[in-house]
Amino acid sequence: MSTAPLSHAARKGYLRYLAPGALGFAVVVLVPFVMNIAISFTAWSGIGTPTFTGLDNYQRLIHDEMFWSAFAHSIWFIVAMAIVPTALALVLAAGLFDYLEPRFGPRVSSALRAGFYLPQVLPVAVAGIVWSWILTPYGALNGVLQKVGIADPPNWLGDTSWAMPSVMLVLVWMQLGYGLVIFMAGMARIDPQFHEAAELDGASWLTRFRHVTVPQMRPEIFVVLLTTTIAALKVFGPVFVLTKGGPGDATNVPSYYSYSNFFGNLQVGYGSAIATALTVVVIALTVVFIKIQSKAEGA
Amino acid sequence: MALTTKVAPPATAARPRRRGRRPGAATDRAGSASRHRRGITRWIVLTLLVVTMLVTLFPFFMAAINAIKTVGDYTAHGPLALPRSFDLTAIKDFWRNVDYTNKLFNSILISGSVAVLGTAISLLNAYALGIGRIKARKALLVTLLLATTIPQEALIYPLYYLAKAVDLYDTRLVVIIISSVMSSAFGTYLLASVLSTFPPEILEAARIDGAGRWQVLRHVVVPVIRPTLAVLMTLFFIWTWNDFFLPLIMLVSNDNQTASVALGSLQGQYTSSPTSLAAASLLGILPAVVFFLIFQRTLTRGAVAGAVR
Repeated sequence: MSTAPLSHAARKGYLRYLAPGALGFAVVVLVPFVMNIAISFTAWSGIGTPTFTGLDNYQRLIHDEMFWSAFAHSIWFIVAMAIVPTALALVLAAGLFDYLEPRFGPRVSSALRAGFYLPQVLPVAVAGIVWSWILTPYGALNGVLQKVGIADPPNWLGDTSWAMPSVMLVLVWMQLGYGLVIFMAGMARIDPQFHEAAELDGASWLTRFRHVTVPQMRPEIFVVLLTTTIAALKVFGPVFVLTKGGPGDATNVPSYYSYSNFFGNLQVGYGSAIATALTVVVIALTVVFIKIQSKAEGA
Repeated sequence: MALTTKVAPPATAARPRRRGRRPGAATDRAGSASRHRRGITRWIVLTLLVVTMLVTLFPFFMAAINAIKTVGDYTAHGPLALPRSFDLTAIKDFWRNVDYTNKLFNSILISGSVAVLGTAISLLNAYALGIGRIKARKALLVTLLLATTIPQEALIYPLYYLAKAVDLYDTRLVVIIISSVMSSAFGTYLLASVLSTFPPEILEAARIDGAGRWQVLRHVVVPVIRPTLAVLMTLFFIWTWNDFFLPLIMLVSNDNQTASVALGSLQGQYTSSPTSLAAASLLGILPAVVFFLIFQRTLTRGAVAGAVR
């Protein structure tokens, strides 16, 4: 490699630089991770000694409808955090980069990009209160709807059938900028000759989007889909701030479900089992994603 | 993120981007620009995209105009009307009620410490991995990346329990330690890849001059990668500022809470008064917008690099 080869002794001397990091990692990640798995085999309220119960928590998990519905909700969150924003961001990025920038200059396109990106830098808690203020029954949105003649607009976050779509809308809003920024950075890497050649052949913007932009952006699309899908499986903040998993369990997700078992129901063993199951799903998904990607690259 | 098989997608995906736009690309595009400067379609597309952006920014606008209304103005004219008065009562009341000065101080203290400590840990790790090239380097990096995929829920209860056991529960210090270590997983990965391409001639020259490992780190490596360290510190600062889950669980007392948690747990208390909720929103938005304006380039570049997170 690029560094000069080091002798065994010389390499050993570097080990001590790992000490603070390794110690921190052991205390903050490794030990808690193992503890969490161990706790998942017990019944424990958080106080006193845990009672070993073997696989009881996992057995309960399999028959727990709430758990399965929480995972089913994760699919909606993947739609709202990964699929829809990625697709929208790709179209927007191409619109800004391939269409607007050559016609109006880079200032216009980067100003627009900044506007779309702004929700991304907002702390999730702040995005949450902004939106819950807008979506509350007497909030801004219903104020507008009543003005245009809708007498009885829904309670967006409080109605079982509206809560999920409302939360999804907020998430699309939050996530859009992430993909946009990454795709626009990626598009700068595509050789403009591809587009120019296609244009000379009379290809429309849509044709170029399908046959030049999307195939060229495959690595970026992959990374964005992977990271946002994992974020969607782990989502906690928006749920906590907007709905607390409710109404009922209409927007409950695994991470919130384990949280409420830890700190609400004081069923720490069961909460740990949920968290462990979630970890397994996230890691399995990551591995599958990467396998698919390596196949696609190999082909 | 465990993007760690032979493919290493973050590398393939991120490396060309880090270089930024090719210098040639700008001129190529300028050349074709004249060709494009006609037709009405482009104005339609521009209008469409601008309107979409304004819709995206609408919540910010709503928070801003309603935070400065009087309650009377709000009830009389609704949330959409422009304010007919300029009234800071809602903002002042909110500030006083949650002691926002204290919350901002906590956020700055915690985020600033994590930026420094997290970057320091990342640097030391990366020095051993990227330049020391110690054995099991690959395995360690894989472990780190896998660790970043673990949901926080799978660590939080033991962390909560351990923090209580060592009497650090409900202290800003425990949040600083945990966040620093967690951010350093990403930082180590990023810096190790930067340092593994560090020019060996420079290192060799320093060694011949008799510099020890520590001196090489301090006087050779750090000055060269200072810009990368600055990016990392900015990212850690803002990630910690925005973090919600860890401080929510660890910081229960009012005096230790961060701005993020204070705002996030407001809900319900204030829903009766729409203008104070708007004021709270605005006060949460402002620091984020300030960071965004100052660090826009770092943040967007960070998002690209952070895609490996």
